Amino acid sequence: MKRISVSLRWLVPAVLVVGLVTSGAAVAGAKNAPVQGGSATLNASGATFPQSYYEEVIGAFKQKDSNVTINYAGGGSGKGRQDFADQVVDFAGSDAPYKPEDLAGVKGGTFFYFPTVAAPITVSYNLSSVKKLQLSAETLAKIFSGEIKTWDDAAIKADNKGAKLPSTAITVVHRADSSGTTENFTKFLTAAAPTAWTLGSGSTVSWPADTQAGQGNSGVGQTVKNTDGAIGYVDFADAKALKLQFARIKNKDGKFVAPSVKATTAAIDKAQVKGDLTYDPLNASGAGAYPIAAPTWLLVYQNQSDSAKGTAVKNFLNYIYGNGQKLAPEVDYAPLPKSLLDKAKAQVKKVGASSSSSGASTSTT
Amino acid sequence: MATDAPALPKGITKGTRPPGLIADRAFRILALLAGLMVLVILGLIAVSTTREAWPWFQAEGLNIFTDTWDPSKNTFGALGLIYGTLLVAAVAVVLSLPISIGIALFVTDVAPQRLRRPIVYTVDLLAAIPSVVYGLWALFVLAQPLSSLFQSVSDATSGIPVLSTIFGNPSASGKSFMTAGIIVAIMITPIITSITREVFATVPASQKEAALALGATRWEMIRGAVFPHSRSGMVAGTMIGLGRAMGETIAIALVVGASQRVTANVLGPGDTLASVIANQFGEASGTQRSALIGCGVVLFVITILISMAARAVVTRADRRAGIA
Repeated sequence: MKRISVSLRWLVPAVLVVGLVTSGAAVAGAKNAPVQGGSATLNASGATFPQSYYEEVIGAFKQKDSNVTINYAGGGSGKGRQDFADQVVDFAGSDAPYKPEDLAGVKGGTFFYFPTVAAPITVSYNLSSVKKLQLSAETLAKIFSGEIKTWDDAAIKADNKGAKLPSTAITVVHRADSSGTTENFTKFLTAAAPTAWTLGSGSTVSWPADTQAGQGNSGVGQTVKNTDGAIGYVDFADAKALKLQFARIKNKDGKFVAPSVKATTAAIDKAQVKGDLTYDPLNASGAGAYPIAAPTWLLVYQNQSDSAKGTAVKNFLNYIYGNGQKLAPEVDYAPLPKSLLDKAKAQVKKVGASSSSSGASTSTT
Repeated sequence: MATDAPALPKGITKGTRPPGLIADRAFRILALLAGLMVLVILGLIAVSTTREAWPWFQAEGLNIFTDTWDPSKNTFGALGLIYGTLLVAAVAVVLSLPISIGIALFVTDVAPQRLRRPIVYTVDLLAAIPSVVYGLWALFVLAQPLSSLFQSVSDATSGIPVLSTIFGNPSASGKSFMTAGIIVAIMITPIITSITREVFATVPASQKEAALALGATRWEMIRGAVFPHSRSGMVAGTMIGLGRAMGETIAIALVVGASQRVTANVLGPGDTLASVIANQFGEASGTQRSALIGCGVVLFVITILISMAARAVVTRADRRAGIA
């Protein structure tokens, strides 16, 4: 009896201490987990927009190199950038580069942006009588800011000469959750229709009160599908899965282009690529370019303290830039054009190289 | 040890500690640790969230109580969210309270004995459904029919001064404060029901019988004997339900409409503190991230204030009942 009681007395603090120590060790272990015999586990989080592509590529990569396990946890670009900055993941996905003021928080030193794929953002609509809809950026901006209220508005008629447009009220559908898709869509409106679009750009904007919100791309798509006269922006894969109708959007060259994988690669090809491989494919020029395309990047540190992990990351990136590009159209993502692909492949060689200041994106730490 | 101690229990000789003493001490330490743990966890949550939210408090100052929440302009005023949280919780409690008390009274005083257990089980079962299931059900099943109902309510009340503002232009998809309030009302009904039921069950049978013997009808008996005896318990149950309603996240995020503004129109889209965190945290960075964590702090403070108010109401009611 006495012995049991004594041990009970110490049990609780002991359990607490052990618990604290192991949880602390688990956090530390995320950075420096022991590696046995060349195998490695890479943990990543971030953008959900390319997640179905990454899952496809990770699956194919696993078949080729079964020693490497990659967990891509999603969670959003903001989470990806935060996790990467705090070094709790080995690499991260993000639909947007860091803002200059956030760079100071990136703790792991020099890092690179690796563009992987891109995808068009469709403007999907629900009008059973209109099979082909064409919209210019100004008209789109006026529709989404609530200035145009019905489908037979003069501005929409001007974009669709000869088409029979009903007098149905327009229901604008946007994302309820903050999203890179919203950010790219509003960035496009800001760039292409600066006077008509006044709501600014960002992962969430202050939408007019009479608009509708949907959870995720599928939520927006579903609401468009269920509501007569609705219009919303939905990523290509979800819009195709829901069999929605897409509008053709007027690009910088004055051509109305339908969203497709090919038209997106054409848009990236014309985009101005910066030294750190960030680029902006929105409102690109070129006759065949679809103007609303979303880019996405993987964030990788130059300095890889764990050599097994460093090799695994490099192999994975090389796989993405090899066979991985061929997988992209199968899941409705656009592969990179050759010019950008070559630059990205050259950048992979810098990962894990001894720290010189050759990194294209240098954090301010 | 005192030598003239009272006679020791059998089996214990002088100079040895009674075997129960160590177990007793261990128990005391265990209980103390458990008690302290709650405080420590609460304190850690408060400290770390406040620290993370600090840039927001610093950037906005008292502007956190304005209703402009616009991440694209880096402006984060949480008034619309605080308002939405309180409005949805109020709608939920107003809808749920009469039904919950009705169920509780039915079970304790009206229903035949063999019906009571099944009803209690069924109501308790409601509490076991995950909130995301409620949310999806509201989104896919409830929202569309509700939107046409809202439309007719809005049409019927147009022209009537106050009602036409409260039941203004309804949201086309049915996502609104009202829809969120209805779904949360269903979620808190089992909580309020089970607490009020327990309280009603403690009303002495002698008092009820006395009321009936004096010629009271069943309703008069409930009003005269059951309610006065259970008032503080009913308040406590309501407050616990209210706290639950304010903290509800995912069900509300799915059907509230994600529109951060102060509006009297309960049929229009809105947003709450908890649901804005769920909706925007994934893509947030910088000030927006601290603003969202700050929303958590604000919700924390509001919930604490409400539960303190509940405690005050209950103790006052108890004291009054004790004096009477």
